[in-house]
Amino acid sequence: MDAADGREGLPVSTDLRSTTDQVAEDAAPMRQASSWAAAYPRSSGPVHEAKAVWVVLRREGIRFTNDPLRVIVGVLQPVLFLFVLGSGLGSLVKFGPDLNLRTFLYPGAAAMSVLFTALFSAGSIVWDREFGFLREMLVAPVSRTSIVVGKCLGGAMVSSVQGILMICISGLAGVPYNPALMFTVLAELLLLALTVTSFGMVVAARIKQFQSFMAVTQMLVMPLFFLSGAMYPLSGLPGWLRALTKIDPLTYAVDPIRKAVFEHLPKVPPVIKHQLVPGITWDGWHVPLGLELGVVAIMAFGFITAAAVQFRRTD
Amino acid sequence: MPLARSQLPCTLVFMVAVEVRGLTKDFGEVKAVRGVDFEVATGETFGFLGPNGAGKTTTIGMLCTLVKPTAGRASVAGYDVTGDRADVRRSIGLVFQDPTLDNYLTAEQNLRFHAELYGVPRAMVRERLGSVLELVGLADKRKTEVRTFSGGMKRRLEIARGLLHAPVVLFLDEPTIGLDPQTRRSIWEYIRTLKDTEGTTIFMTTHYMDEAEYCDRIGIIDKGQIVAMGTPEQLKASVGKDRVQIQTGNSAGAITALKEHFDIDAAVHEDSVTFSVSSGGEFVPKLFARFSELVIPIRSVGVSRPSLDDVFMSYTGTTIRDAEASGPSEWMRRMAGRGFR
Repeated sequence: MDAADGREGLPVSTDLRSTTDQVAEDAAPMRQASSWAAAYPRSSGPVHEAKAVWVVLRREGIRFTNDPLRVIVGVLQPVLFLFVLGSGLGSLVKFGPDLNLRTFLYPGAAAMSVLFTALFSAGSIVWDREFGFLREMLVAPVSRTSIVVGKCLGGAMVSSVQGILMICISGLAGVPYNPALMFTVLAELLLLALTVTSFGMVVAARIKQFQSFMAVTQMLVMPLFFLSGAMYPLSGLPGWLRALTKIDPLTYAVDPIRKAVFEHLPKVPPVIKHQLVPGITWDGWHVPLGLELGVVAIMAFGFITAAAVQFRRTD
Repeated sequence: MPLARSQLPCTLVFMVAVEVRGLTKDFGEVKAVRGVDFEVATGETFGFLGPNGAGKTTTIGMLCTLVKPTAGRASVAGYDVTGDRADVRRSIGLVFQDPTLDNYLTAEQNLRFHAELYGVPRAMVRERLGSVLELVGLADKRKTEVRTFSGGMKRRLEIARGLLHAPVVLFLDEPTIGLDPQTRRSIWEYIRTLKDTEGTTIFMTTHYMDEAEYCDRIGIIDKGQIVAMGTPEQLKASVGKDRVQIQTGNSAGAITALKEHFDIDAAVHEDSVTFSVSSGGEFVPKLFARFSELVIPIRSVGVSRPSLDDVFMSYTGTTIRDAEASGPSEWMRRMAGRGFR
């Protein structure tokens, strides 16, 4: 160490400058080789950012299609929930000849399916961090917001594939195959998927291990799911539970889907419809459908912004 | 009035690939990098060496815009690392110590992802993709998922990816660490090929002194400061003398003769008479002439130049293997000691 101290700075002398220049001269012909890089101005600005969003999104798609098991697992859980729980408890709950419990539970099951897939997609960023690929994305000459947006849209896209599968089996739950209804449900599921993925991204931003991410999301998801009215009607609840359902964001995503489904069940008497799908009220005021979806959309926007801010800070 | 960059001819801009002036980084109390100055010429292969925790990674981090400097400035490919971050990132290729590939994508998918993030013109992608894969010898693996690759293949693919967007400077952080000697050698072949074919400036760190020999120039950093800089030959010369080993029938006589006729202090190490002279090649003929006059038969002679290991030892007070073995704890201890002094 002493020897080092004694020599500090010694060889950094002027004669070394000349070697630098020499090497530069030698390298002159080589510069031609990479000059195309200078000759072709690379894209930048909003177009390049949009491309970055697209390429991140597409990777999610490729990863998803490479892994068919994920699709099956993603559908299996809601199907169990819908048919086993729905049929089992169906003998306890009788709504009348034209409606069974499965139909009532269907919107909740569809939401659940999307919820898990979307969270898993968001969690893949923790995976990417663990295996290093996140770094490849973060050092690229694109804004981190584009990467976050791409990830969120990718998660939403993948989850809506799950939604399509749920729509395919909706007939088994007594939901009619009506194109308008199918489209509405898909759009609402897509919005939910976007919100959940961005929520997952906010959670994932600071978590280093995939296992921890799964544990944290399980801890958050179960209460969110149980308080959302996915499994029971929002009418006739005890006061404390009613209050909790109103602050659960998922409530605002499940209710529109259920409204859409029940609109397309002409045989069900209005009294039962009103009892099962009372809608959400704020201090006695009926929240309109548009505002319900607005709440979900605003949350999506808020979570994406929060995630982008978080990722801009890392590294 | 200084000229704007766009007004300068291209060659002037790229003459110096990396320019660092008074670059400093503090992490709280810890002064990781303490005002370093150097430049790397375009087309040069520059080796950045130093014990663990000497400030290598922090310096590279600042040059790659991943770490914000506390003071000083640096430019890469003519762009300022704090002001023109996106331009710097577009102009550099990065190969980290830890893998950053997506194992579940194919080699080609990994490269295409990179090309689009770095805005390589679509018309160029196919050609570039083919040529970088060819360069690292993975052309036949382009449709294979990366998870089936060996460690060496992954590293080669990362190097290919780092080159895909034709960067002005390629940063390689320990490109051969953890690889077997054969793979190390082949990676070096690829690095030299790419230097010849692409003219890329290479800025690399390594722990292997035999690899540092391949560099055009070497900078040694210790405790956050550049302690030595020059070509491998210059550095070795700065450490000084060659070691000469001779075997004679009469070691004691040889030692006395060396002292009397050349004023050299020699010693016996493992049957050989060993001593240092400034230039072994010039000294040996004189030695032979004189010893034949004195009738001292020489059975064998060996001259060894100082190695880069000796250089590293002499500037940092530690061999690079020791520096590696002691790791960050040694550094923490030193830094802590520094703080209290």
